[in-house]
Amino acid sequence: MMEKPFEETLVAPGHRACAGCGCILAMRLALQALGKNVIVSMATGCMEVVTTPYPETAWRVPWIHAAFENAAAVASGVEAGLKSLGKSGVKSVAIAGDGGTADIGLQALSGAIERGHDFLYICYDNEAYMNTGVQRSGATPFGAWTTTTPIGKVKRGEDRPKKDLPAIIAAHGAPYVATASVAYPVDYMNKLKKAAAIQGPTYVQVHAPCTPGWRIDNNKTIEVARLAVLTGAWILYEVENGKLNVTLKPPKRRPVADYLKMQGRFKHLTEAEIAEIQRMVDEQCKRFGL
Amino acid sequence: MRQMLNGDEAAAIAAKLARVNVVSAYPITPQTIVVERLSEFVANGELGAEFMKVESEHSALSACIGASAVGARAFTATSSQGLMLMSEMLFVASGLRLPIVMVNANRSLSAPLSIWCDWGDSMAVRDCGWVQLQCESNQEVLDSTLQAFLVAESLSLPAMVCFDGYILSHTAEPVDVPGQAEVDRFLPPYRPKYKLDPEKPATMGAMGVPEYYEEFKFMQQAAMQAAKEELVKADNEFAKHFGRKYGLIEKYHSDDADVLLLTMGSLSSSVKEIIDRYRRRGEKVGLVKVRAFRPLPVDELIEALGHAKAVAILEKDVSFGSAGALFLDTAASFINVDKAPLMIDFICGMGGRDVDSLHIKEALRAAAKAAKAGEVKKIVRWLGLREKLVGLEE
Amino acid sequence: MKLPPGAIITEPGNSANYETGGWRSRKPEVDAAKCTGCGLCSMYCPEPCISKSKPAVVNYRYCKGCGICAAECPFHAITMVEEERT
Repeated sequence: MMEKPFEETLVAPGHRACAGCGCILAMRLALQALGKNVIVSMATGCMEVVTTPYPETAWRVPWIHAAFENAAAVASGVEAGLKSLGKSGVKSVAIAGDGGTADIGLQALSGAIERGHDFLYICYDNEAYMNTGVQRSGATPFGAWTTTTPIGKVKRGEDRPKKDLPAIIAAHGAPYVATASVAYPVDYMNKLKKAAAIQGPTYVQVHAPCTPGWRIDNNKTIEVARLAVLTGAWILYEVENGKLNVTLKPPKRRPVADYLKMQGRFKHLTEAEIAEIQRMVDEQCKRFGL
Repeated sequence: MRQMLNGDEAAAIAAKLARVNVVSAYPITPQTIVVERLSEFVANGELGAEFMKVESEHSALSACIGASAVGARAFTATSSQGLMLMSEMLFVASGLRLPIVMVNANRSLSAPLSIWCDWGDSMAVRDCGWVQLQCESNQEVLDSTLQAFLVAESLSLPAMVCFDGYILSHTAEPVDVPGQAEVDRFLPPYRPKYKLDPEKPATMGAMGVPEYYEEFKFMQQAAMQAAKEELVKADNEFAKHFGRKYGLIEKYHSDDADVLLLTMGSLSSSVKEIIDRYRRRGEKVGLVKVRAFRPLPVDELIEALGHAKAVAILEKDVSFGSAGALFLDTAASFINVDKAPLMIDFICGMGGRDVDSLHIKEALRAAAKAAKAGEVKKIVRWLGLREKLVGLEE
Repeated sequence: MKLPPGAIITEPGNSANYETGGWRSRKPEVDAAKCTGCGLCSMYCPEPCISKSKPAVVNYRYCKGCGICAAECPFHAITMVEEERT
């Protein structure tokens, strides 16, 4: 008889995520925090593909995938449907990558937040369209190599800064917006619980490294994610009804080079380019009082 | 109760009578009145539905998918560019086997921009796996929309009810509005076989790997074929409750005619008018009106058209580089059939161009000429074309 | 075995039938003496396939050998060893 291992996890093993994948970790932690009374609407992307190769599914909660750009629209329909049927106690959760959120998914997310649906949107941010082979997204950080921002003679990596998604969502007036990291799982799970308890549209963006996409060894996922936070490249905060609260202030902010030098996607950077990134990080940290 | 209603109002009232749970729609000319009426019904408490003020048609259908997946009866409406924008999700809704019902106000496609009627939008999505009905009158809009819910939910397939923009959507006609109690007896509440529920977690929309995808598409096709029977059943059931019946096709003075016209939608009424005039003069001409375009009623078409010498198809659409879709489907129905009529494809009414009695008579003359000659010299022709503007000399 | 319509999957978590343990080339070994049962390895494991217990127990049927557990263990109780296959 096939024993059911780790039966309590709502995201089962046997999924096809890469060894060391930060995003599937973000998924498992999310479901651990949220519990079984959820309905997940997921966008096309790594997490969708690796968890549901027919006839298998890693999901132990109700789950629907419709398309790439509409996780928020589907989730808002789930919420409206449940409401219309008088069903309470089930939370609609939308999950999408940075690609399905920052770029193609932004309209649906904006509309769902504006309409004020009671749903939680989780963006797992691995900073590029990873599932299709590491093409840049609006969330790709400045200077990063991707297949569509390659290092050549004329152009050297991503030449645009990372789109500030949490700020965009906060500007919509969503009651709760937070950033998180897989390297700080307790902080992440607490933020999810907080968000889910709020009646209204809430948003959590979790920074989650991609080992092939960031060109790091499989075992470096958590270390790299931690360094992003400790260097100020990724800031952990929440905006609750418009009020900003930084949830982790690195006691002594490390130079961003410590973070960049761990990743193959930044290995082409010259000292001057790293200094430019440091300047950008310093400016960002200043705005958050870090 | 008899009311003067335009097509949009008839559709909105049908959705209200069907007790839809979720309305998720984006306004677009000439469907706007559907959305406006439904939001009024909800605001007044006449319809206890969630009205979602979605920000685009793509999101409108996406939200319907989410709602339908949790077991709610979901409804949307659109036209033209909106139908195109949601077209990705049309295929998804069908693939997910969700019984969403929508109405489409037939409107031509940009570019150039046109808000006026033709079938370009409906025809562009004929492959998407939705049951597709075309309506001749606003009564038919109301009735077909009610029937669509029954058919969709019995098959787990989405269904769209199409009616001509402006010609029906914005023209008031007398419509018999059924009472809620009778509709409740005709259309039971939605009881999905599968739904998203934490008590019984299921995964919808998995990745269809090559080992399975073909089988799922086969099942979709099988469901569409089964829709023929379900449409007939729903029609018969509807007739029992409300005394009106439509069929997959309608034969109008066609059984003894050598020359036939074939069309869909509101144009059928105009054609019937001309047929009546010809019949009064003793000329044997007839009309076959197609109501169910998807699934295509192949057997019914063969039976209705097979005896004729020539058929002129009048349609408000063209598949660029080929011919009109109704013609292509009809012609294909006769492949391998011994007795097949000659066929002429008349593209007409594009972008709201009026199709008048002279045009219809021109088509009849051409079909009669072909029947006499035993051949068709030019298969695809345009009716009502301003030939000088396109450099065609008479 | 007839397929349900729309590719719906009604057996939750049946991905567990697919054992990803065959993916790895290194496997984690837990030194029971050093393990304090803190559960950090279990918290960080993507699969998940390591338990929060003292000592932590690896489910080798799923372990892809990423090495995060070994990298994150504060007590260096986990080592990645080259897997020998026959």
